[in-house]
Amino acid sequence: MRAAYSLHPLPLWERVASRQRSRVRGLSPRRDPRSFEMTVSADRTPHPALRATFSRKGRRKKEPNVLAYTARRIVYVVPIVISVALVCFLLVHITPGDPLVAVLPADASQELAAQLRAAYGFDRPLPVQFGLWLLRALHGDLGNSIATGRPVLAEVMRAVGNTVTLAIAAAIIGFTMGILLGLIAGYFRETWIDKVATSFAIAGVSVPHYWLGMLLVIIFSVQLNWLPAVGAGPSGSNSWAWDWAHLKYLVLPAITTSVIPMGIVTRTVRALTGDILSQDFVEALRAKGLRETGVFRHVIKNAAPTALAVMGLQLGYMLGGSILIETVFSWPGSGFLLNSAIFQRDLPLLQGTILILALFFVFLNLLVDIAQAAIDPRIKRG
Amino acid sequence: MSELPLSATADAALQAAPATKARGYWATVGRRIMRDKVSMACALVLLLIFLSAILAPWLGLEDPYKGSMIRRLRHIGTTGYPLGTDELGRDMLARLIYGGRLSLVIGILPVILAFCVGTSLGIIAGYVGGKLNTAIMRTVDVFYAFPSVLLAIAISGALGAGILNSIVALTIVFVPQITRVAESVTTGVRNMDFVEAARASGAGAFTIMRVHILGNVLGAIFVYATSLISVSMILAAGLSFLGLGTKPPEPEWGLMLNTLRTAIYVNPWVAALPGAMIFAVSICFNLLSDGLRSAMDIRN
Repeated sequence: MRAAYSLHPLPLWERVASRQRSRVRGLSPRRDPRSFEMTVSADRTPHPALRATFSRKGRRKKEPNVLAYTARRIVYVVPIVISVALVCFLLVHITPGDPLVAVLPADASQELAAQLRAAYGFDRPLPVQFGLWLLRALHGDLGNSIATGRPVLAEVMRAVGNTVTLAIAAAIIGFTMGILLGLIAGYFRETWIDKVATSFAIAGVSVPHYWLGMLLVIIFSVQLNWLPAVGAGPSGSNSWAWDWAHLKYLVLPAITTSVIPMGIVTRTVRALTGDILSQDFVEALRAKGLRETGVFRHVIKNAAPTALAVMGLQLGYMLGGSILIETVFSWPGSGFLLNSAIFQRDLPLLQGTILILALFFVFLNLLVDIAQAAIDPRIKRG
Repeated sequence: MSELPLSATADAALQAAPATKARGYWATVGRRIMRDKVSMACALVLLLIFLSAILAPWLGLEDPYKGSMIRRLRHIGTTGYPLGTDELGRDMLARLIYGGRLSLVIGILPVILAFCVGTSLGIIAGYVGGKLNTAIMRTVDVFYAFPSVLLAIAISGALGAGILNSIVALTIVFVPQITRVAESVTTGVRNMDFVEAARASGAGAFTIMRVHILGNVLGAIFVYATSLISVSMILAAGLSFLGLGTKPPEPEWGLMLNTLRTAIYVNPWVAALPGAMIFAVSICFNLLSDGLRSAMDIRN
């Protein structure tokens, strides 16, 4: 229903849900009447890693095996990682202007410019530059920040820690709310309860979250003066700690970050719950006299793999898409770092931050797929 | 002459039969969405916002660029300034309405561009298949390795601030998504009998894609693209909010939100107004897209 956007992330929950659907049922009834909510989705084809086993030709591997699946999935990550590095590398080379501008004094002579160019390797052909850069990156050397002179990797890693703190707090709020609202909405489908929960979800994915952040600051910091508006801890404190003095700085950014995952998880869980409740086995369970709480247990068990996959992706979006919220709240995370790298034209830092965030995202995706295969026996059969 | 009574009875029978006029698919979809109150309300709100943006110069509004140091940050409801004034004393109502012009263009244009490019790429990848499919779809996968906010900001950060650059960045973000949808719908259609029949009767690949495939996949891709508009609006305004899109003093909702941020301690509700506009447009497009989706699912 939604498209991909980490802010609003859209599309993704559907992508996983339908991806799984096609894994389970084959390359799929395009219009499954029970799942009309998912018919227009980002991805109806099997995951690329699975195309070989689950191709149009209908070939299937005989032995389902998590390890084999994991190995295949890991092999698929290698070209992706290299392409991601290539995109990050090229990003700096599409920037208008000479990459030397930032380090070169304004009145530098031609010879000095040529010398520096040779020293930085900018005179070599692009593919060679890329190879050398990749080699250094593999050794953990992403260059030094132009603004601070410190190694990019260390700067990024310190900031990522803060982003992870924020993402985890937001995940706890957003996923809990999303699961609860989704289960309730799916169970009471087409009633006013469903309508209220669905409205929450739609509002969650439609709200410009940087604006929501401002609103929360207006209400809780400016008008009520309950919580601090910006920063990540009382002045004088350099590192994060899990006490109230620090936590109160986390509340508003975490709530702001959580609305998109909340909306998406609600919609996913609602669709899954409705889907499962309309299946024959539920009727059989009820006919056999199982109480509704027991039925619910089955719903949760069946919805878990897809819901977990959606939540895993959302976590990735929160890590990578935090720049707007971190800017609003001056939260010293990777997004804030990215923002300052952009405006100081600190290209090595820009490149390094994007590379590391994208790699986080790729590996999180990998983990989600493997975890999903491990808990859902249907997937490794592909 | 003997046929005459016969045809007369046939006519009578036809007249007596209930009028079952066969409607086309799109007519049915249109009728269904007209009955959906939520969708119609959203369409109305969007229509109002679009019309006022287009007609802004003829609405008799204040000059959105003309500021005045003596009337800065008036509250909502001040006489003469129904929505107050901004940090430079410019009329908020005029700026919000004029702001719609740029905000809507930079929010919607990327989706339209991506729709054209992505649909073409996806149909070609899906219909031709083979190596071309692998090449296109693997390239698309690379862009999926970036969270889309990050990708948009990275590209427009690298290209530098500017309206054109932010439109380019957002288009690049949405093309892979639309390509994936288009490809998967096309692979579903390409092996159907009518495509086979067209091929057997000698139609070329381009004709088949244009005539037989496009018509059958366009609806699904279109609905998906409409659902992207709300994301695009939020992202486009977000880029301006960061200072990567529009430059002052242009009225644009994201940028206005940014410049008014410093005013939240003085006049918070005026500062929040531009965000409310983004929210309204975004939620209306979302609901409209949902309505369109269920209207197009005729079986339900």
